[in-house]
Amino acid sequence: MATPPNMSAADFADGLSAMRSAVGADWVFDQPADLNTYRDFYSVLWGEPEEKVASAAVAPANVEEVQQVVRIANERRIPIYPISTGRNLGYGGSAPVLSGSVVLDLKRMNRVIEVNEDNCSCLVEPGVSFFDMYRHLQESGSKLMMSVPDPGWGSLVGNALDSGGGYTVQGYRGHFEAVCGIEAVMADGELFRTGMGALPGSETWQQYRMGIGPCMDGLFRQSTLGVVTKMGFWMFPRPEAWLSASVSVMRYEDLEELVRIANELEYGNIFNGMPGFSSPVLTQGNPIVMAMVPDAAEMNRMVEESGIPAWSFSPNFYGPEKVIRAQWEYVQSRFAHIPGVRFAEQSFVDLPISAEDMERIHKPRFGIPSLEIFNVGSRGYGDFNPSDGHIWFSAVIPRSGKGIIDANRVMRRECERLGLDLFMFAPAVTCWTRSFVLFAAVPVYKDPARNQHLREAVREIIDICAEHGWGEYRCPPAFMDDVMGAYSFGDHKLRRVNEAIKDALDPNGILSAGRYGVWPKHLREGRGA
Amino acid sequence: MSIRLTLGTLAASTLLLGVAAAREPVRDIERADLPGQQVFARQCAPCHGTGPGDDGSPMLPGTAALAAKYEGALPAALELRSDLSAPVLTLFVRRGSGAMPMFRKAELTDAQIEELAAYLAATAALNTPATD
Ligand SMILES: Cc1cc2nc3c(=O)[nH]c(=O)nc-3n(C[C@H](O)[C@H](O)[C@H](O)COP(=O)(O)OP(=O)(O)OC[C@H]3O[C@@H](n4cnc5c(N)ncnc54)[C@H](O)[C@@H]3O)c2cc1C
Repeated sequence: MATPPNMSAADFADGLSAMRSAVGADWVFDQPADLNTYRDFYSVLWGEPEEKVASAAVAPANVEEVQQVVRIANERRIPIYPISTGRNLGYGGSAPVLSGSVVLDLKRMNRVIEVNEDNCSCLVEPGVSFFDMYRHLQESGSKLMMSVPDPGWGSLVGNALDSGGGYTVQGYRGHFEAVCGIEAVMADGELFRTGMGALPGSETWQQYRMGIGPCMDGLFRQSTLGVVTKMGFWMFPRPEAWLSASVSVMRYEDLEELVRIANELEYGNIFNGMPGFSSPVLTQGNPIVMAMVPDAAEMNRMVEESGIPAWSFSPNFYGPEKVIRAQWEYVQSRFAHIPGVRFAEQSFVDLPISAEDMERIHKPRFGIPSLEIFNVGSRGYGDFNPSDGHIWFSAVIPRSGKGIIDANRVMRRECERLGLDLFMFAPAVTCWTRSFVLFAAVPVYKDPARNQHLREAVREIIDICAEHGWGEYRCPPAFMDDVMGAYSFGDHKLRRVNEAIKDALDPNGILSAGRYGVWPKHLREGRGA
Repeated sequence: MSIRLTLGTLAASTLLLGVAAAREPVRDIERADLPGQQVFARQCAPCHGTGPGDDGSPMLPGTAALAAKYEGALPAALELRSDLSAPVLTLFVRRGSGAMPMFRKAELTDAQIEELAAYLAATAALNTPATD
């Protein structure tokens, strides 16, 4: 049986037996077949000695059981790793960061505690999946829309805690941005509530995020500081309609102006949906992989020969038809001075969505969970040979035309040099308001030699991006130390502040050890090795 | 993160996935009224259901992957398969396959896998086996 690092089998067995008393024997797993289900199926360390695996898993049913398990772990210094739905594929799956940790599986805690139609908010437990929530909203006749990531089997809580993103409206689609109120079990087993939740009897937990003093919600984003047991979210009142349009320009040189005006319009709330930026001429070969941006003369020649636009910007609008059509008209007026600019209405959908529209829409744009993205993940694209999974490489880059071109060229050049395959590559994703995030999907195989090469190449890319001032917003566990290492201002003050907070709040270092490069004191030197 | 983030025009691109050439999905089938029906609807149907996918894609991903794998030798839709006993399902569900990860007992219990097996067998029997 695997045991946590530096723990005798007898002490571990004693801990598990106490956990069995807390949650019931059926919900403590330590047999290989069960532990196999906690492996990261898309791990870049699959089958290697360094693969990050659980020593056991415990699935409590309520907050009290979570508190008991945490206290048992704290008394015995057993490392535990909380997950909500554990579908973090591409960023770690349901496996811990420190091998030998006990996964605290919160999937059974799946109550929608409240949906407040007037306040446009909800309060949920960690095991509530996007599918569960959607069903709840449908069954209760709700007028609210949630924001969902592409795969609907994850959870509102787990996805937001890893800083996930969706496709809907500004302020909602960066999922942690819509969080209002968190309840967490801290390392000592005590219950903590952020914001107005700290004031007994308040009715405003899901209304005012900050409460008094420093805003504490951030303590739990990508962190090692607590087991989140409840989370509140703001929700968008279901709009009357949705309009998607495109503004296309015909010259290499037009990108800077395109992005500059688009930014101003978004920050000024002229459109509220997630915008898209792309290069039609550079995605003709493969619509999900943007080719290397050539020099201006070459790109303009390609555009001239093919008639396909150099760049496109796609604004999306949610709201009453009258309002969003007027907004679209205004948007067009702002780009009209660009020579050769083309405007097109791509799609208009009335809500609630008709059965017919349901078959032609990208469901997550409407807060409807689905798994249809796996058409890409499971089948590959064009010549791409389906892999055993993939990881995401996702770096924050400047929100400008230059940002898109620089990131595209550096990534394409370096990936080619390093022989790193990409099956999706988009340098300007906009889930998180006010930033661009470069997204690349790197295929992963159940083949140690290929994965070793992949790891070395990704590490190099992390360093190269850092040299350009680009840092990942999120990453798989194998790269967390590297990514945190790149945020090095002030002799790694960011990491050191995180470590000081860690030591104060979790002195025995039992929670989520190693997540995003923050290790407890006793593992800090070797970084968990 | 989806390709659609940057592309907007995915209807055309989805067709490039290679699934368009596969058989038309079976949309309407008779479903056995057993507890496994709900388990299937919630846990399996989003990938392995019989409906069409987003943006004009003709099949859901699991169904499309099986259509490509079996090339008509077996039905692509799990609800038309009569050969999925609980032990066989357990193997795929607990070990994962292709891009599909494993399912944990906290999300799908052994008893629910038994229910699924009974539901699939009964539903396959209700519908003419698809052999084309
Ligand atoms: C094809 C594909 C497409 C994807 N598209 C998207 C997308 O569009 N948007 C997106 O955001 N992601 C996307 N992902 C990544 C990922 O699948 C989702 O973000 C998913 O929602 C994360 O899994 P989860 O919700 O089950 O979270 P979990 O796995 O439960 O949680 C993630 C992490 O958060 C921490 N955590 C979770 N719960 C708790 C808790 N209660 N207390 C303390 N810590 C906790 C843990 O460290 C855990 O490992 C995609 C992945 C794939 C494979």
